[in-house]
Amino acid sequence: MKKAFPILAVITAGLLSYALYEALVVAPTEQTMGDVQRIFYYHVPSAWTAFLLFFINFVASVWYLIRRDTTADILALVTAEVGVVFCTVVLVTGPLWARPVWGIWWTWDVRLTSTLVLWLIYVSYILLRRFSTSGQTPVLAAALAVFGALDVPLVYFSIWFFRTQHPQPVIGGGGSIDPRMLHVLLINWLAFMCFAVLVCWSRYRLERLQRDVDETMALEDLLDPRSSVR
Amino acid sequence: MSAAPLAASGVTLATLAKDIRLEWRSKDAINSMLFFALLVVVVFAFSFDPTAEESRQIAGGLVWVAFLFAAVVALNQTWARELRNQVLDAYRVAPAPPNSLFLAKALGNFLFVLILECLMTPLFVVFYKLRALGPGWQLVFVAILGTWALVVNGTFFAAMSLRTRTREIMLPLLLFPISIPALLAMVEATTMILTGEGRARFWIVLLATYDVVFTTACLALFDKVLDAE
Amino acid sequence: MNYLYTAYAITWIIHITYLVTVSQRYSRLRKEIEDLRRRAK
Repeated sequence: MKKAFPILAVITAGLLSYALYEALVVAPTEQTMGDVQRIFYYHVPSAWTAFLLFFINFVASVWYLIRRDTTADILALVTAEVGVVFCTVVLVTGPLWARPVWGIWWTWDVRLTSTLVLWLIYVSYILLRRFSTSGQTPVLAAALAVFGALDVPLVYFSIWFFRTQHPQPVIGGGGSIDPRMLHVLLINWLAFMCFAVLVCWSRYRLERLQRDVDETMALEDLLDPRSSVR
Repeated sequence: MSAAPLAASGVTLATLAKDIRLEWRSKDAINSMLFFALLVVVVFAFSFDPTAEESRQIAGGLVWVAFLFAAVVALNQTWARELRNQVLDAYRVAPAPPNSLFLAKALGNFLFVLILECLMTPLFVVFYKLRALGPGWQLVFVAILGTWALVVNGTFFAAMSLRTRTREIMLPLLLFPISIPALLAMVEATTMILTGEGRARFWIVLLATYDVVFTTACLALFDKVLDAE
Repeated sequence: MNYLYTAYAITWIIHITYLVTVSQRYSRLRKEIEDLRRRAK
């Protein structure tokens, strides 16, 4: 198990470099948008990874509510944090793509707006975890995660309908994609997924360690209240 | 076992009646809500200086922002009274299902915010010279469904925020993102009804769906939240 | 063109910032463990 981490790290580094090369050099230049379109190879995989992480958070939260399994709780916390990181990337690269192509930084585009709301929901989840002083914070957080997940389709539909009333440019464009571009897109996605696994793994280990230390300190306090622990 | 639902609704009504009685005597919540909403209306009026034409476009948003902020004021003190007197512990050991307590609180908040809306609406009409160009009766549905959407989740999140370091800010922090579809629906529906453009029916159905989904979720998960305090 | 490189650069800045905070918490934790061990002796 311990050996797997550095091996995965090396593979990931290789994949990311290869994917970057593919995105910048190998992928064909888009006709209407030019080279700026290459942001797509970072923007979309980050979005897919974030959504997957948030989905895992939902599953882990439900599992925790049913089984009260600590592993599920830590997994929920980790995927929420890393998901927010990837989501931030989506929200930053989106406008950077929109600005040169459409001249505006932001548009109430369905996907970008839904992503923004998703980001807000999970940031509030992280804030609840951080500021809650209840002994049962994991339960509260899990409940919030369930609410967030239930909200997602509603968010998407409401913004979709809003947009059909107030049409705006669509970031990323619809329609079919050149197979060579698809190939580069998938490579980048694979690379970012491996990277996400690495980051989640590290954060998971940190959290486990933190909780073990907290427990030890709590025990110390109980057994010998005179010793100043902190 | 057939006595259980009767007992549950009895607890709900009793708690609701108690809250209404207490509120009627002190008028704490309703006064602060009213004043707050009034302030918001006045500030907006100064910032936007609406003519009759423009005002219909923005009134939907302004009205619901004002009601949202006022609702947060009410929601924040939903559980404060219970916390002060250790009533929550009593509820936890009582045989009544926790949902009765939740429903009572949610219905109480619902009533207070609705009363606020009834009092504020004439003011809005006067300040912004409002007149519905579309089917005005639909506004009643929007108000009821929209208010419930805010209140049901707000009551739930208020319970979640009880043991947090920054309690007053945690409630809006949790409530606003989750409420975005409902807020969008409320504002759009109101705007459409006021301007007479477009049909608000989709938004009203969305609000109803939102209400069903989240009322179920709140009822299903409240006992876990109550135990967590 | 600048937008493209900025986008890629910012992506990595965001990721690296997060990893740095994680590793900072790691070192702080390791110090605490050392303190605990020393006190246990």
